[in-house]
Amino acid sequence: MARIFTPKVVTANALLEGDAVWLTEDNTWTRNIAEAELITDEAHGDLRLLEAQARADEIAGAYLADARPGSSGPEPVHFREAFRTRGPSNYHHGKQAE
Amino acid sequence: MYKYNDFDEGFVRARVAQFRGQVERRIDGSLTEDEFKPLRLMNGLYLQLHAYMLRVAVPYGTLNSAQMLQLALIADKWDKGYGHFTTRQNIQYNWPKLGDVPDMLEALADVGMHAIQTSGNTIRNVTADHFAGAASDEIEDPRPYAELLRQWSTDHPEFQFLPRKFKIAVTGAAEDRAVVRAHDIGLQIVRNDAGEVGFQVIIGGGLGRTPMVGKVLREFLPKADLLPYCEAIVSVYNLLGRRDNKYKARIKITVHENGLAKIQELVEERFVNIREDFSGHDQALLTEIEAAFVPPAFVKKPTDGYEAARLANPAFRSWTDTNLSGHKADGYAIVSISIKKHGATPGDATSEQMRVMADLAQKYGHNELRISHEQNVILPHVHKSDLAKVYAALREADLATANIGLASDIIACPGMDYCALATARSIPIAQEIATRFDELKIEHDIGQLKIKISGCINACGHHHVGHIGILGLDRAGVENYQITLGGDGTQTTTIGERAGPGFSADDIVPAIERLVTGYLDLRSDENETFLQTYRRLGMEPFKAILYPSEDKANAA
Ligand code: HEM
Ligand code: SF4
Repeated sequence: MARIFTPKVVTANALLEGDAVWLTEDNTWTRNIAEAELITDEAHGDLRLLEAQARADEIAGAYLADARPGSSGPEPVHFREAFRTRGPSNYHHGKQAE
Repeated sequence: MYKYNDFDEGFVRARVAQFRGQVERRIDGSLTEDEFKPLRLMNGLYLQLHAYMLRVAVPYGTLNSAQMLQLALIADKWDKGYGHFTTRQNIQYNWPKLGDVPDMLEALADVGMHAIQTSGNTIRNVTADHFAGAASDEIEDPRPYAELLRQWSTDHPEFQFLPRKFKIAVTGAAEDRAVVRAHDIGLQIVRNDAGEVGFQVIIGGGLGRTPMVGKVLREFLPKADLLPYCEAIVSVYNLLGRRDNKYKARIKITVHENGLAKIQELVEERFVNIREDFSGHDQALLTEIEAAFVPPAFVKKPTDGYEAARLANPAFRSWTDTNLSGHKADGYAIVSISIKKHGATPGDATSEQMRVMADLAQKYGHNELRISHEQNVILPHVHKSDLAKVYAALREADLATANIGLASDIIACPGMDYCALATARSIPIAQEIATRFDELKIEHDIGQLKIKISGCINACGHHHVGHIGILGLDRAGVENYQITLGGDGTQTTTIGERAGPGFSADDIVPAIERLVTGYLDLRSDENETFLQTYRRLGMEPFKAILYPSEDKANAA
């Protein structure tokens, strides 16, 4: 039996600012993970990642990260991805300050 | 201090122009990230969790006031008003925008600095004892040799694509403050039986996932042979080092797999072959460099004001007790400025603090500053009669914490607050430990204690050589912290031993507190340091303190 595919989002770092961005359903990059496209199908996920990686002049280092559906949209699963939605814990810098 | 000559200046400017073009081509999409990445890394530009990071070399940790002022300006103009000093005597900016980086590099070039070879599989920034040229226990100032090595290694055509990164450290003192035994090449200036000065050459040290203490490759290398001998080592490694597996690519593994004897044979053979090619040109260069490192004109004046100020002000006295070290010149002291205020991020200085330190160096410190691998800033040459004024200015700038070498003088890598490779955070753990010891008011009673924290197995925070090392890991999606004990990064380098199962983020600080207060009961008297007690008693009593319930379970 095939293993169960856990839902994912496509994420990357913005090319100019270097901060975390997520791919939306309508092919824009958002700085709010809740607006990202939640991918529930493995083949679709691979395709979306390829499409994201092709956009070399917008982002760097695209990858698929685990996510789960939340009340207002996708939420991070792993603490590393949660930090990427906020910023560092030693200063009020990054997304939490925006 | 060494000043760029026309060649250095031209080279660095050309590199900036080249990188400016590469950034433009990356931004317009003509370079992909895969193509651009090696180019940016060659220029010290990383991409981390929340932003780019620019790593700037402070060669052998030495800066003048103008350079420190420029670092402050860069922090204000293109970053968030601060910089992070690292264990490799670099400064890292955590928030640059890609398009601004060429301008930042241009601003660095204006003061004779750069970010070249602070990354990639090249010979990295050569580090040195941060007390170089000032320490009372020094045979010779190691920095001219470090500068010679910097010039030789920068853009060395044979060594731009080594199997892995390559780190060199030099010290001129018997007391090793540069962790030379944890470097790919460690150089210790020594005197032989005939009284000549040369180097003890140590290779194959390193931390990371396979920590190893360096081994002596050559007991005594005459000074004049430094470059050909180092070139022989690196070229042997370049051919022999493994490129099939990056975890086995460092020279420590090459030495381990091939044996020291074989490496010795190959290096000596290669050395004999290339030695004459150097034909004395390197020695002429060294003479030129040495002229740039003549000691400052130390003054002779009375120090009575200093003793009076110590008697009058207990806070000043406490600071002088912890933050000063012996200087080779009469009436002088080495000042360590703690960048470890309790609760603050280890190694972070604001632009305002950088300006204060630059100003103090100019007024009272013969215009010199150092960055230590312990993430503090040093004023290497301060006359004792000026110490009270220096202290007062540091206090104003929130830089007068009296904790050098104590429990809160913690090394911490950026960890998961910044670093893309991290498996857990390290900064908040350091902040909490320092805050806790400050509340308990026991760190002066505890005495010398080195706590070092890394946010992953790469060990950038030197946890293996901490008396207490803390390694942050990801255990099934939760941060977990493993403790090692008995590490030592000095001339008696030792890799710490794992104490047992890790602790959660909530439990790690209480565990450290238990460990340290437990040590107070174990030590033979108040002069026995944590490390000495550990060496005398071994792991068991400390383990019992760390895992009390397990102990009971075993007894039941
Ligand atoms: C973007 C951030 C960083 C990255 C990606 C990074 C990467 C690495 C890696 C992969 C290693 C292991 C090398 C090996 O074993 O082959 C390492 C080791 C090391 N790094 Fe970092 N590091 C970063 C930040 C730092 C910082 C901030 C410091 C200084 C505080 C530092 C100093 C060191 C040291 C001292 C070692 C261990 C010595 C050795 O090379 O064996 N690194 N780093
Ligand atoms: S030890 Fe790991 S987490 Fe810390 S800076 Fe190095 S690579 Fe990053």
